[in-house]
Amino acid sequence: MTTETMPHTPHPHTVAHQFDDATQQREASELGMWIFLCTEIMFFGGLFLAYAIYRHQGYAGFAAASHKLDVLMGTFNTAILLTSSLFMVFAAHAAEHGDRKHFVRSLSLTIGLGTLFLLIKAYEYYLKYEHGLMPLGGLPFHWEGEHRTQAHQFFNLYYLMTVVHALHMVIGLAILGIYLAQATHDKPVSELASRVHITGLYWHFVDVVWVFLFPLLYLI
Amino acid sequence: MSTHAPADTAHAHDDHDSHGHAAHDSHGHGHELSFFQKYVFSTDHKVIGIQFLITTLLMLMVGGALALGVRWQLAYRFSTMPIVGQLVFANEGGQISPEFYTMLFTMHATVMIFLVIIPILAGAFGNFLIPLMIGADDMAFPTLNMLSYWFMWPAIFFFGLSFFVEGGASSGGWTNYPPLSAIRAAAPGSQDGQTLWLIGVTFIGVSSMMGSVNYMTTIINMRAPGMTLFRMPMTIWAMFITAILQAFALPVLTAAGFMILADRTIGTCFFIPGGLTVNNTPTTVGGGQALLWQHLFWFYSHPAVYIMLLPAMGMVSDMLSCFSRKPLFGYKPMVYSIAAIAGLGFIVWGHHMFISGMNPALGMTFMISTMMIALPSAVKTFNWLGTMWGGNIQFTTPMINSIAFVSMFVVGGLSGIFMAAVPVDIYIHDTYFIVAHFHYVLFGATLFGCFGAIHYWFPKMWGRMMNETAGKIHFVISFIAFNFTFFPMHFLGAAGMPRRLADPYNYPYLEHLLPLNQFMTWSAIVMGFAQFILLANFFLSIKYGKRVGRNPWNANGLEWTAPSPPGHGNFDILPVVYRGPYEYATPNLDVDYFPQTQYVPVEQRVNVAHGH
Repeated sequence: MTTETMPHTPHPHTVAHQFDDATQQREASELGMWIFLCTEIMFFGGLFLAYAIYRHQGYAGFAAASHKLDVLMGTFNTAILLTSSLFMVFAAHAAEHGDRKHFVRSLSLTIGLGTLFLLIKAYEYYLKYEHGLMPLGGLPFHWEGEHRTQAHQFFNLYYLMTVVHALHMVIGLAILGIYLAQATHDKPVSELASRVHITGLYWHFVDVVWVFLFPLLYLI
Repeated sequence: MSTHAPADTAHAHDDHDSHGHAAHDSHGHGHELSFFQKYVFSTDHKVIGIQFLITTLLMLMVGGALALGVRWQLAYRFSTMPIVGQLVFANEGGQISPEFYTMLFTMHATVMIFLVIIPILAGAFGNFLIPLMIGADDMAFPTLNMLSYWFMWPAIFFFGLSFFVEGGASSGGWTNYPPLSAIRAAAPGSQDGQTLWLIGVTFIGVSSMMGSVNYMTTIINMRAPGMTLFRMPMTIWAMFITAILQAFALPVLTAAGFMILADRTIGTCFFIPGGLTVNNTPTTVGGGQALLWQHLFWFYSHPAVYIMLLPAMGMVSDMLSCFSRKPLFGYKPMVYSIAAIAGLGFIVWGHHMFISGMNPALGMTFMISTMMIALPSAVKTFNWLGTMWGGNIQFTTPMINSIAFVSMFVVGGLSGIFMAAVPVDIYIHDTYFIVAHFHYVLFGATLFGCFGAIHYWFPKMWGRMMNETAGKIHFVISFIAFNFTFFPMHFLGAAGMPRRLADPYNYPYLEHLLPLNQFMTWSAIVMGFAQFILLANFFLSIKYGKRVGRNPWNANGLEWTAPSPPGHGNFDILPVVYRGPYEYATPNLDVDYFPQTQYVPVEQRVNVAHGH
């Protein structure tokens, strides 16, 4: 009796039961990711607000502390991250067309560049630690000159914001790693296309956050 | 001649369980689920909603017990509590110490806000109702939905654990203002208990965020054919707007929480001013501002106030219309006023901080924007009254609870306007007046709305009714005891009694308030124990309630066309929507309801048009 009232076409196994078809599923995933990214904007917005207020109040100290950061490494890292985003687009494109070879290659490059970014970031942290510019967890803060308190605040913000950003990257890398493993283990890449696409949105978002962090922390 | 009754297709086949599962099988994804997949780590929105509901009802009792501790101290200061005193406070000779008093009120608020009010509205009713009311098989992201429930448990665990660590639970009030919350030496409760509090709130934040992403996506994307935005029930509109509020306000608190956690654990100074020596600890490096926390906190927590109210407003609108047997008065203005309340909710947070130090010009803008919230609120109240006016009112348990919602909301709303005015607020800030205000809104309005909603949708959850007599007894006792407990708080506030004092009678000008406080405490005890009636009614009715069919209230919404309880996949009859949910007492029909899915054939419409 119920089958008469429910004219359901059989679901393909890639479409979850609550969706009518693949299009609805894809639209829902995309919308969900966009909403999530909006919440992320508000999250980073809170941190940027704190930065803006403390910078406004301690301009001199922030400028002096900002000069202690390595602009060269920061610029290099920015380039790396933007390039990884480019390969993310290639990977999504390849997945769309079911092109396993290009998908695996582009995704590996995305993951590789993301990892390189984190390694350089870690090396930067290490250099700061060497110079006594990591006033966290009771470590000493070697600051000659004026505006010690403001400089201390700058480094607090620097570490919080970049670590939270790096954490987002680690999560992104883990997810991309899973896709890579699935693609190399016989899963048809076209089935991954939708998920790769929305993970791509996330990856670009993390990239954009860095594009704001870089000038605020390194350049001005 | 009138057209015939909407032959409620649902009544035609009224056997419950078998139907739901048949629907499930017809989807072609029917496979046996283990007990754990079905009832514990379930991805079915109905199971998750019921899990949320039962968890929050139990947490309601925990939060209530903490409140009774507070009330006991205010009535019989430092005297041994009967029965529990010797067990819980053995070290202090059965007394509540001033330090423990601060933990009691902090954790009472924390439990009630984060583990009861927010999850019962969004988690329990949001989960259960959204797919059913819009005609979807499930939420858009069922696994995310499951995670949002299970992320509540670490929070419950950490809040519970915090009572047993050194120094005890957080004692800085639920607002957790630094430096009290940022410096470990500031108070006993500022030690590990405070850290656990922050971790717990972060878990709740992630849980809510996952929920709201899910609700927004589901409502935008998964509506049944014909379910246009302006055919959605008010419950869905309210849940949708609440989800927007939650998604965009809450991450700010999460960011602030990260900062204060860093202040506490790795020695940053985001919220700690310089040159501070607290209880002989080394002077702080500083550079931070305690005021920034207040801004970030209230940027979330003021919208959160509406997160704790709007869904109840939506559910009450549905219940009032159903039991007045009349269309909801002014449907679109109701939608717009909810949106207006939410929009204004984002720009009024400063009214919590009038005495924290604020430019008077800024105080003025916050005052005006706050008072503007009275407008949409008044529109809503007017429309609820307009809905009932001239209606054929059925005084069922959901209805009397809904009427209580409206009247208590008026009381709580009016006292809110007092505090929005800067000069008045300076006098009554942090007195019992504010305690009266938010209990009228959160308990008087929201919780009575929830009591009504539990009775109203219970038959959909279990296929059985809750006992009406027990429901009415619970309501009458709760309602009278509630007003006896909280109405006198207005007087306490006007008399200048500050909140959060373990021993207010230390001050001679407050001594005469002791008898009133004792009266309130006994009312609170009665109110607390009355909730056992609700719990007993709820749990016993699951097994012994009267069996009912799909639509016991003769209501119009889509959820009433599904089996009671709905099986996996919800609908055995694919819902197609032809009209809004409030077509009660339509002329030319034999019955006074007209379900959203009821199709009227052409010849019948022609007959009506020709007046046959």
